[in-house]
Amino acid sequence: MTDWPEAFDLAVVGGGNAALCAAITAAEAGASVLILESAPLPYRGGNSRHTRNFRCMHKGPMFPLTGQYEEDEYLHDLMLVTKGKTDEGLARLAIRTSEECLPWMQAHGVRFQPSLSGTLSLSRTNAFFLGGGKALVNAYYNTAADLGVKVAYEAEVTHVHLDGDRITHLEATIAGTPVTVRARAFVLASGGFQADIDWLARAWGPAARNFLIRGTPYNRGVVLRDMLDQGAEQVGDPTQCHAVAIDGRAPKFDGGIVTRLDCVPFSIVVNRDGDRFYDEGEDVWPKRYAIWGRLVAAQPDQVGYALIDAKSIDLFMPSVFPPVKADTIEGLASAMGLDPQAVRRTVDGFNAACRPGPFHPTELDGLRTEGLNVPKTNWARPLDTPPFYGYQLRPGVTFTYLGLKVDARAQVHTSQGPVRNLWAAGEIMAGSILGQGYLAGFGMTIGTVFGRIAGREAAAHVA
Amino acid sequence: MSLDLSTLTPTEEARRQIEICNACRYCEGFCAVFPAMTRQKAFSDGDLTQLANLCHNCRGCYYACQYTAPHEFALNIPAALAEVRVESWERLARPQALARLFQTHGVAVAGLLVVVLAWFFWALFAWRPDTGAGFYAHLAHNTMVAIFAPAFLAPLALIALSIRDFWREVGGGQVRLAHLVTALSGAARMKNLSGGHGEGCNFENGDRFSDRRRVFHQLMMYGFLLCFASTASATVMHYALGWEAPYPLWSLPKLFGVPGGVMMVAGTIGLVRLKLAADPELGAARVWGAEMAFVLLLGLVALTGLALYAATGTGIVGPLLALHLASVMVLFLLMPYSKMVHGFYRLAALVAEAGKPEPVRGGE
Repeated sequence: MTDWPEAFDLAVVGGGNAALCAAITAAEAGASVLILESAPLPYRGGNSRHTRNFRCMHKGPMFPLTGQYEEDEYLHDLMLVTKGKTDEGLARLAIRTSEECLPWMQAHGVRFQPSLSGTLSLSRTNAFFLGGGKALVNAYYNTAADLGVKVAYEAEVTHVHLDGDRITHLEATIAGTPVTVRARAFVLASGGFQADIDWLARAWGPAARNFLIRGTPYNRGVVLRDMLDQGAEQVGDPTQCHAVAIDGRAPKFDGGIVTRLDCVPFSIVVNRDGDRFYDEGEDVWPKRYAIWGRLVAAQPDQVGYALIDAKSIDLFMPSVFPPVKADTIEGLASAMGLDPQAVRRTVDGFNAACRPGPFHPTELDGLRTEGLNVPKTNWARPLDTPPFYGYQLRPGVTFTYLGLKVDARAQVHTSQGPVRNLWAAGEIMAGSILGQGYLAGFGMTIGTVFGRIAGREAAAHVA
Repeated sequence: MSLDLSTLTPTEEARRQIEICNACRYCEGFCAVFPAMTRQKAFSDGDLTQLANLCHNCRGCYYACQYTAPHEFALNIPAALAEVRVESWERLARPQALARLFQTHGVAVAGLLVVVLAWFFWALFAWRPDTGAGFYAHLAHNTMVAIFAPAFLAPLALIALSIRDFWREVGGGQVRLAHLVTALSGAARMKNLSGGHGEGCNFENGDRFSDRRRVFHQLMMYGFLLCFASTASATVMHYALGWEAPYPLWSLPKLFGVPGGVMMVAGTIGLVRLKLAADPELGAARVWGAEMAFVLLLGLVALTGLALYAATGTGIVGPLLALHLASVMVLFLLMPYSKMVHGFYRLAALVAEAGKPEPVRGGE
């Protein structure tokens, strides 16, 4: 094991949004900073690469956000998705600080899209990055480079050495070579553990081996495990992860945004045995999007099949892979590896339960089935117009909830009290605020707010 | 999901990439290509031709893309569209063989220059008039007109036919004044090289933004238009006013031509340097040499024009005149077959885009 050539004021473990916010903040305060990014350069940025927007409180219109989105409404939205599983103090801190983050982001190179007139009405609550998360990551790396921050890629931290109430050094491999990294302060921003399939399988059961990982393959939770093993206080449920239903043909890792499928409300979804298992028309898609990962994960082989007909094929966002297409229901079932008779029975039963009425694809239209055990309560139209189309669905994991508990200064604690020179930011501590569920753009809010706090505190510690 | 990418034609490869792009849409806001692609889920060859000619190769989308190699989706939209674009210029040019020759062969450009140059020297010696002042002491005005009028008009006519075919292929509709105004204002400001935030593109400095390409391109374009105005004003003065060259400094041809020439030379130097700094893998790599030759040819036209003015009354006017006339002639002759044609296609694509319905926006 060799020593890193110089000792730094601050070593930041991780290379995504939270890590960069911490590094930039500390460097601006005069600290010398090293970023240890486990990915090679083309994959730098962790899950931030795949993100798209930032949820931001604001009292009045603020570019690019329209209207106002105040603390209580924001908190209310968070309470809805977490069902109260949040630390309200930290949540309010994140929400309140998000307002000053937006101009800070712009001042550090992040560019936003003019507000979208799009379908989701997020232009009031969420600011969209021009070019997406990788553009944000690029801007921050350039800003950091201009501030003299050093970056080591392919730098995997294997051990954070805790000695009493202080971290003395990190053990890491950089491009395969073992090194010791010395610094006076440390920020952990190395994400969750969702890319460690074995860990997922231990937590979830063997079904997790069939999950797809939507984000970076580099969030393997090595540092998180190491800190928990050394007695760091933990938050979140280790058995839980946030999963959405994505295209079953997506890559095992890193499929990102394009693997989403928006077709479910206009389809019927059957499992491997050709049976429906949940109300596809429960609510508009973005709201119910998140639950389908869990629903599909509970089905045999963790797979579902969304079936639609020619009436509905143009009602949703384009998919990255073309749908399977056939002229008959039986043909579609065979092409997707399903039993044609079973699917035919399900479709016939569904079609017979549909009632005529006005169909409104953009709102809850109450067009519901009658007499089915698993009803479809909106957008229920018979599958009767060929050609028929099908998409395979699988659970796509976006992140895990287990993490390090932090205080309002982003400091990490063990049962013995605070670790004097250790802070955490981003997904590794997000469970402190987001105990379950998800709110679009909130991960970036937590990362930015706590990244800046961690950077500020670390710089103050070494000043 | 794996594809054998090597077997795809440029259009098929662009279609593969655009379909992935269209499912993401993070880049909407960079330039006109992204909103345009959201109009449909399936892309005809004509749709891809249109998107390719809207693309200004600013490369912002490449550096922002989470799906570039080594990711298995291996997106490289700037290169994919550049290939389709060049292919469309070749396919729609007439005769196509000349397009294939000059699009990809910088050496052929230089070779043509040498041949035309030799021919001009021969003309200067053989047809030297008995009277005349300035250039016309070397080559009679009527002779020049007789040589240049067809060399200018014939390529324009060929380009007009190609643009007509392009218009049909991309499904351009009725042209309205408002579409022209939108397109010309976009071209005048190089809106599509602004990066969507006014800080320029990622052409020459990795993922950092720079406005240099936009500035140098504008110097080149406006310089060229000034030089064109210089020639046009001289033509009017010659025929309508009976005022023959040489013209003094405070005359329209010189007031247009000298700054125009200086701007073109500056634009050439800038664009050549940027092109050397840029990653060739993000453009149509096979035409890199010819594109470079074309920029240098534009620079040569401007430089020899300025030199000719500076050398007024000296003994090297003859050789300089031959060099200048030859480079201008080659520029004109190559118009339908060189990078020069991009201006016509870009403008046509912008006009067609202005006439299409507002795209539908989406999001997660």
